[in-house]
Amino acid sequence: MLAHGGGGRLSDELIRRHILPRLKNETLSELADSAKLNLESSSLCFTTDSYVVKPLFFNGGDIGKLAVCGTVNDLAVAGARPVALSLSLIIEEGFEFDVLEKILDSVSKAAQQNKVQIVAGDTKTVEAGAADKIFINTSGIGVRLDGVDLGFDKVAVGDKIIINGTIGDHGMTIISQREGIKFQSQLESDCAGLAELTCQLLNNTNGVKFMRDPTRGGLAATLSELSEQSGLSIVIHEADIPVNPTVQAAADMLGFDVLTVANEGKFIAVVSPDSAEDCLSLCRRHPLGEKASIIGEVVQTREAAVVQMLTKIGGSRVVQMPYGRELPRIC
Amino acid sequence: MEVCGTHTVSIFRNGIRAILPTSLKLLSGPGCPVCVTDQGYIDAVLQLAQRSDFLIATYGDMIRVPGKGGSLETKQSSADVKIVLSSEDALQLAKDNPDKTVVFVAVGFETTAPATAVVVKEAAEQNIDNFCILSSHKLVVPAMRALVSEMNHKIDAFLCPGHVSVIIGFRAFSEIVERYNRPCVVAGFEAVQIVEGLAEICRQLVAGKPELKSVYSAVVTEQGNTVAQALIDECFEAADGYWRGLGNIAKSTLKLRDKFSRFDAFKRFGITEVPVEDTSGCRCGEVLCGLIEPPECGLFGRSCSPQQPIGPCMVSSEGACAAWYKYGRTRESA
Repeated sequence: MLAHGGGGRLSDELIRRHILPRLKNETLSELADSAKLNLESSSLCFTTDSYVVKPLFFNGGDIGKLAVCGTVNDLAVAGARPVALSLSLIIEEGFEFDVLEKILDSVSKAAQQNKVQIVAGDTKTVEAGAADKIFINTSGIGVRLDGVDLGFDKVAVGDKIIINGTIGDHGMTIISQREGIKFQSQLESDCAGLAELTCQLLNNTNGVKFMRDPTRGGLAATLSELSEQSGLSIVIHEADIPVNPTVQAAADMLGFDVLTVANEGKFIAVVSPDSAEDCLSLCRRHPLGEKASIIGEVVQTREAAVVQMLTKIGGSRVVQMPYGRELPRIC
Repeated sequence: MEVCGTHTVSIFRNGIRAILPTSLKLLSGPGCPVCVTDQGYIDAVLQLAQRSDFLIATYGDMIRVPGKGGSLETKQSSADVKIVLSSEDALQLAKDNPDKTVVFVAVGFETTAPATAVVVKEAAEQNIDNFCILSSHKLVVPAMRALVSEMNHKIDAFLCPGHVSVIIGFRAFSEIVERYNRPCVVAGFEAVQIVEGLAEICRQLVAGKPELKSVYSAVVTEQGNTVAQALIDECFEAADGYWRGLGNIAKSTLKLRDKFSRFDAFKRFGITEVPVEDTSGCRCGEVLCGLIEPPECGLFGRSCSPQQPIGPCMVSSEGACAAWYKYGRTRESA
């Protein structure tokens, strides 16, 4: 078990024995105060995110994989190829070494899969109660792809909206596991790094105008923000939005709107109408985009910018930015 | 009127209102357990939450319902407040925390009452004395009766709740059909099932012949679940009870029978539910009776929103006000 360390021999041992062997690369092994990076371009993206997910281990991933993929995805949807990450661990005193090792193995595997190196890091052990088991922060640097310039301001009426697969898988997995619900074994988080797919998309097509990963708040939050920021309205078609039936069943049972449930391996891309079919077929050839679908389009705003969903039975309703935490319903 | 909150949400989520003829108006009824909970009951819960040796186990939606002195979420409680998904979880809390008195906030209709009965029996058999319940379980049919006989004569028909009907059986609504001449049709919760139910109601209204019918025959029978009914009957008896907005309704609330009184938090701690006059300007009561639609309330979307709810219909995701707020902002979808 980890003891509360003040930067002495114990911390050093933690780094040398448990962390370095798993994340080994030339830059990190120097254990210098700063990592020196030689990048092929000076046009970079830089992002940071902290991960506090409970439970630490869930079907389809764990906090380590999430910490790598989440930051990789933030770079990916900004139109960058992720290159290097930092990794900061805040660990509660008493946390077990073998659990930490499992998490670090995941970090290592996810970094390899996503072709990024962990080049800098920090470890703090805090007294019991000051953290909940383990918190991870990762920051990431990515090199912007040539000629790629994405943004809300590029979005125009007529553009199509593509998603690379089913929605709600991560959120329903976490919620079900947290609540100890029986069907949890059939649910699996979609936690995955998207950079390979997004880079292929951006390098081989030329109609992508905007991308975003619909994490917390789900598709509803991402589309609401897109509508608000672009000042344009959006129409989506319920029948075209891929949802795993088990996820839908879990959401129905707990009273969640699957549009508001978090994803960790999904992106939406707003693409020009003439490139939409090319983008879609490229996505579908990639393992993380097999169930990709064109789910809607950008339309002219009439009174106020809204996201509207045409439902399967031919009705319609608005989709709004979710508010606060959703509470499981009673019956 | 759709009585059940799950129907209300499904109707909005599926955009069903947008495809109905203008001559057909849907009213959301008193079928969301959170919405019909009287402030006096919340105040009783808050009173128990002041005890540091207590652990309050509650379904999620309840923690945000405001009583007179705040809600379980906003009011500083001395007791631990834990969200549970089932009555079993609440009993487990009692087993895991023998030094605490666990009070289960037992709300809901006939759907959740049998599960409460099961744990009360289990607690009795295993002598788990640090467990008790504060029952505000409610019965659906007395509320429907109160609506058509006194509060809202304009309701032409009922779309009856699917889940409740699984337990009580669709014959439970026969009184509403026979005595008050209102069509009662039980439907499932998917869009097509709801539309099928509405179509059946329209057919009956056109024919001028109110009937009792279930279009949810895969799961709802005429008799219902007699085992669950027996469990309710063994542990509870019907008593007069307060409903938010509807007031005191005869024989509409389930209270524990005397033989289980040691698990009755009301009796054990001398708590009484004092009905509260709502002075906030909140019109949830009229919404629940189908007398107004949520946007007609002066607070709707102004001082009352899901972020800062004043009335319970805005708290629960199944409340009519929350559904209107969330899904119904454009005219076509409302």
